[in-house]
Amino acid sequence: MRESTIMKIHYGTALAAVALVAVHILMRLTMGYAESLEYENVLANYKFVPYAIMLELILVLLAVHGFNGLRVILLELKQGRLYEKAVSYGCLVAMIGLIAYGSRTIIMTNMGMA
Amino acid sequence: MAQVSSISNEQSPTAKSIILKISRYNPEHDESSQFMEFNVKYEKWTTVLEAILDVKKHYDHSVAVRYSCRQATCGSCGMIINGKPRLACFTKISELDSNVVTVEPMNNFPVIRDLAVKFEKLFDTHQKIKPYLIRDDTELISDEKEFLQTPEEVEQYIQFANCIKCGLCNSACPTMATDSSFVGPQALAQAYRYVADSRDKGKDSRLKIIDDSHGIWRCHFAGSCSQVCPKGVDPAMGIQLLRGYMLGFRS
Repeated sequence: MRESTIMKIHYGTALAAVALVAVHILMRLTMGYAESLEYENVLANYKFVPYAIMLELILVLLAVHGFNGLRVILLELKQGRLYEKAVSYGCLVAMIGLIAYGSRTIIMTNMGMA
Repeated sequence: MAQVSSISNEQSPTAKSIILKISRYNPEHDESSQFMEFNVKYEKWTTVLEAILDVKKHYDHSVAVRYSCRQATCGSCGMIINGKPRLACFTKISELDSNVVTVEPMNNFPVIRDLAVKFEKLFDTHQKIKPYLIRDDTELISDEKEFLQTPEEVEQYIQFANCIKCGLCNSACPTMATDSSFVGPQALAQAYRYVADSRDKGKDSRLKIIDDSHGIWRCHFAGSCSQVCPKGVDPAMGIQLLRGYMLGFRS
């Protein structure tokens, strides 16, 4: 993929993540902050499908943005053909792994398996 | 190696003196650089380059320094003067406002010896972005005989045409300090200079060249390149404008 395409995704995910995380934080204010973080209320959030979809989106956006940011930092830290390939593929695999693990958590909780 | 030497040539009564600390380093023999100190007399119009040449003439002729035009045109005498990348021929000692003037080779360039650095990578990256007008026809066979531009079209790129390839921007760039493959502000500013030129038709090929994992996207906009340019070029702005093309905000 061309670097400009990757960076467009990088900027886009940042903007979208800021918007969705803002919604996520505002949702804490629908009741008392501490109350909203109680076990039953957190589970209720996961079981509410639109909210679960939003959490999944936040997970994907932050994982894509964060791991690409890490890739960029590591590429600037050291150079070399093999190293750069390892960093790029390593970050991609780590990103997919994190999304898979997070999605599993969201799906299982949503289905009442947690 | 460090020592204090005084030059005892005739000077006018208005002359003052400073300590000139010159970084000495020969990669073939030395493990690290060391400073040699010289007591140099100067007038208010004396430049750092003149002071270095005084040292070469009167005390140590082995000090390695590259220079040519002495009027900020050739871009040969870039060095770190009191911690900031500057042209030695364009920096007066009196304007430094210090009793000690330290000169070191430019950062982010391999040192040949003392104050002289290798420019190969700068010229390579400059050449890589195709620093010439690209178009199929030529003004030699055109009916109009020349490619006319409006003043507004010239205004788009003219400041970037002032680049003298001195390398001060690359020396000041924090990304270049860690990313040896980064194309650098000099080449990126020149890429913009030709992309913004209404006579040029090579925009797509140039944008493709700088759209690399060590290309335009690695600039963090520290802005130090623009601060140190002795010719008033603003590479940071050029890079911003180039990104506008890459992101589709400009066409």
